Amino acid sequence: MTNSWTDIKNTDLVVIMGGNAAEAHPCGFKWVTEAKAQRGAKLIVVDPRFTRSASVADFYAPIRQGTDIAFLLGVMKYCIDNDKIQHDYVRAFTNAPYLVKEGFGYQEGLFTGYDEAKRDYDRSSWEYELGPDGYVQIDETLQHPRSVYQLLKTHIAAYTPEMVERICGTPKDKFLAICKMISETSARDKVMTSMYALGWTQHSKGSQNIRSMAMLQLLLGNIGVRGGGMNALRGHSNIQGLTDIGLMSNLIPGYLTLPTDKEVDFTTYMSTRGFKPLRPNQMSYWQNYKKFMVSFLKSMWGNAATPENDFAYQWLPKLDVPGYDVLRTFELMNQGKVNGYFCQGFNPLLSFPNRGKVTASLSKLKFLVVMDPLQTETSRFWKDEGVFNDVKPEAIQTEVFELPTTCFAEDEGSLVNSGRWLQWHWPGAEPPGEAKSDTWIMGQLHLRLRALYQKEGGAFPDPILNLHWPYRVPDDPMPDELAKEMNGYVVSTVTDPVDPSKIVLEKGKLVDTFGQLRDDGSTACGCWIYSGSWTERGNMMARRDTSDPGNTGAYANWAFAWPANRRILYNRASADIDGKPWDPKRRLIEWNGSSWTGFDVPDIAPAAKPRDVGPFIMNPEGTARLFSRGMMKDGPFPAHYEPFESPVINVMAPKIRGNPAARIFKDDLAALGTSDKFPYAATSYRLTEHFHFWTKHVWVNAVLQPEFFVEISEQLAAEKNIQPGSWVKVSSNRGSVHAKAVVTKRIKPMICDGKTVHIVGIPLHWGFTGAARKGFGPNSLTPFVGDANIETPEFKAFLVNVEPSNGPVTS
Amino acid sequence: MAGLQSQDFARISATTFRPPDVRHDFEVAKLIDVSKCIGCKACQAACLEWNNLREEVGFNIGVYDNPHDLTPNTWTLMRFTEWENAESGNLEWLIRKDGCMHCADPGCLKACPAPGAIVQYNNGIVDFVSENCIGCGYCVKGCPFNIPRISQTDHKAYKCTLCSDRVSVGQAPACAKACPTGAIVFGTKEAMLNYAEGRITDLKSRGFKNAGIYDPPGVGGTHVMYVLHHADRPQLYANLPQNPRISQVVELWKGLTKYTGMAVVGFAAMFAFVHATVARRNDVSRAEDREAEHLIDEEAARGREA
Repeated sequence: MTNSWTDIKNTDLVVIMGGNAAEAHPCGFKWVTEAKAQRGAKLIVVDPRFTRSASVADFYAPIRQGTDIAFLLGVMKYCIDNDKIQHDYVRAFTNAPYLVKEGFGYQEGLFTGYDEAKRDYDRSSWEYELGPDGYVQIDETLQHPRSVYQLLKTHIAAYTPEMVERICGTPKDKFLAICKMISETSARDKVMTSMYALGWTQHSKGSQNIRSMAMLQLLLGNIGVRGGGMNALRGHSNIQGLTDIGLMSNLIPGYLTLPTDKEVDFTTYMSTRGFKPLRPNQMSYWQNYKKFMVSFLKSMWGNAATPENDFAYQWLPKLDVPGYDVLRTFELMNQGKVNGYFCQGFNPLLSFPNRGKVTASLSKLKFLVVMDPLQTETSRFWKDEGVFNDVKPEAIQTEVFELPTTCFAEDEGSLVNSGRWLQWHWPGAEPPGEAKSDTWIMGQLHLRLRALYQKEGGAFPDPILNLHWPYRVPDDPMPDELAKEMNGYVVSTVTDPVDPSKIVLEKGKLVDTFGQLRDDGSTACGCWIYSGSWTERGNMMARRDTSDPGNTGAYANWAFAWPANRRILYNRASADIDGKPWDPKRRLIEWNGSSWTGFDVPDIAPAAKPRDVGPFIMNPEGTARLFSRGMMKDGPFPAHYEPFESPVINVMAPKIRGNPAARIFKDDLAALGTSDKFPYAATSYRLTEHFHFWTKHVWVNAVLQPEFFVEISEQLAAEKNIQPGSWVKVSSNRGSVHAKAVVTKRIKPMICDGKTVHIVGIPLHWGFTGAARKGFGPNSLTPFVGDANIETPEFKAFLVNVEPSNGPVTS
Repeated sequence: MAGLQSQDFARISATTFRPPDVRHDFEVAKLIDVSKCIGCKACQAACLEWNNLREEVGFNIGVYDNPHDLTPNTWTLMRFTEWENAESGNLEWLIRKDGCMHCADPGCLKACPAPGAIVQYNNGIVDFVSENCIGCGYCVKGCPFNIPRISQTDHKAYKCTLCSDRVSVGQAPACAKACPTGAIVFGTKEAMLNYAEGRITDLKSRGFKNAGIYDPPGVGGTHVMYVLHHADRPQLYANLPQNPRISQVVELWKGLTKYTGMAVVGFAAMFAFVHATVARRNDVSRAEDREAEHLIDEEAARGREA
């Protein structure tokens, strides 16, 4: 989230699209209820299904899954055509006036530079035109034909309300009504918040779905303000923490990136991470990258990380591919190239696409280690459960180790919520049986591996032998020790260069902020964005002060929000070019003539003069990007692409299937289905009664939603002679499932490009372990392809067929 | 499930004994704002957890309502109705939390032949006292909302207690505590009526011109109330009665007992007093017994159908 859960109460308009907050985030949804009840805020829901969120919405419109970009570009066009954008904001705070190089273009669904064989772009033409001074050329009037603003206008010109209806199936009148409501928030004293989740991410163009709304929010001036923002609703209580800590194959903590194998030394690695400002005076905060990186390496390897050995840079793994995302990993496993797999706290057999392929891949492993508080399907992938897990155990040689872990309620530590708040918590119960904390297990593994390397040597022992391991009890690192390590500490005393008797940083002390981190090895910090979370003043994450001066929803002394306890990112943009709040009633920070002051920690240097320094300090431009240059694999602007499995052709570019820049492996391409055999557009989702695959183990939740079902319209049920509550078989080109049919008015057929499209809804909470009835998940059906940029699987849009069946027992 | 004490009783079933009525309390009420409800069933989960009830893991029969009806273990249930509003052209998903309404004039209590099996406290809560219940099922007949359910295990009637045990120590009912959106609120009846006014104004401003409160006068008002978007048509919400009343038969039966009671004044009063407060014996005629068994069978049959 750019903002926070509590900030949603400040909004005038909530748009839930690409998510279902009431259903999947019922506790956070209270802030929507609050905004409606206290401020008279309105709620818009756009979804293929009439959801629980829709049931309390002021306005609902249907949309065919996988067409959000067309819808949002259509809204942008409406706002521009009807002069409903916040001009001063757009001109000053976005790259709308920037000029793009000659040679950039977009035609028939493709941007310049496409290589069909590689399914990738040469992105060199997607760049700004730089002047002789090295800065971007701009046209304040926004009239230049190569200005971002004019290019954007041209790019979205095709997305008329008629085209939106044709692609999305959203009736034109409903679309226009929503456009009108949204466009009103271009006023300085009106704001809109976007609440989204996996309904936008789980597409082959998920990143661009989100970008589309971010661009719209920028045009409306709704980023950086109270009650506005782009608010990703995170699905697990600590999934925000997972990304922060860099648990992705190409990341290290704090959104730093792992080197590639082309970055042979630290100098080469840093050469592409200079982040030279693209406009005069800009902060371009990533210029501090080296300080964060060196401090990270110091926290990893302590005294063994020295200036002489480039702070142990060579001990980091180097990527030979863009990333080992789960799709690539399971592809390699299926090819026999991955032989061992650690599965810590997730359930791939039900979570990854094309379950048949997942089972085949796991069956080829030599060993599988599952660390989980629950008995997962993954740890029993070899078990014959009849139709629910149709395998032959005798044919599977994988050795499976199941290590029971504690669950969150038995642990001490912090959970990071969607609003970037690190909230410390304490154990509520003793762990049962032999369950151990994940840190204990990992610690034991490390110590044993280290002992083996010490005894037997090995190919590359240095990173393991030299790992900094300063814990009180080496067997069992404690949460407070790990938290302080992430916050950062001073390795060697730093004195004032002018007056060496003045101590700037004292050895052994915890740092107060990442501003104190240094690139000479005198500080260590495990995760720079968490600096300030546990300082010499104590554990900031454990704070529980509910005071909220000005009633802004910031709760600045409750827990700790990264970065720097800032509650609303880009909050400099809440004030105009001269530093005066756009809306005095929604004051957040303002320029008092000499510094920035207000209710939140300013997202800018406190003394940075308003007209000098732009509000988007992480960007070398100092502004936000409507045109993202070469930073997205699939285009500097979002464009409409159909899902890889779609009931209709791409009317904007009929020759293109799926996202042309998304990676798809050969066998998975061959396993895609077509609408002649699989005519219905399916989507997957979660239900309030359950939490992923956990709560089917809980009796009460099993009572509330006991059995796997799929949802279809009354029209489809009539067409296929399916009775409510009867069994149906749902199949894709990759597999099939049996489910009870919920026949509902909440799903209606849509007309897209003149064709009737039936929607099939498939919730995902059932498996073959737990208290609920045995069932299936949508991943038995879903295609093995992900987002072009981050490889999140396309779970939200695929093709199926539906037929009446006699149920799983007799099949 | 009595959490209060006899000094708090306003009425006791099947007795002419007038409770001591020594404590005067505020009347409480639970307000269920249907327009804020997202149907998450947290209230159902909280009810099962707080009251330590063990419901069976059922089946899906093509709807979101699980279990499919109230049972001796399910004292509250979300009922989901999909309704096409012809006037606005919009689909509405009307989700109502069903359960005991805690009528000011409780039909169950009036119908109950077992002394002390159903009581009403001064605060308005209508509670079943299991040890006095004879499982006759008259309360089922007496209830205009079809709420009580007879257990086939112990042949006792069960329903929502409005968490009388929690209320007696100054806590809100478990469902209200668990509700994530504040759709369930709890307080004095007066405060809840005031609060509802604000909600109705908000709903009217959003185009629900018939928004209103459900506090039906036919049963003297209730201590569980709804805010409805379509208060003119409560039946839309899974057949919430338009104008609930206690059945004529129950009223008549109750009248006759009163008449008889007066005829045997003195002795009866003494007997009732002793019975209700000391002996606590069940004194049931054979006819009543047979009637009760018949009702239980009927209930059981209905349960099977459901």
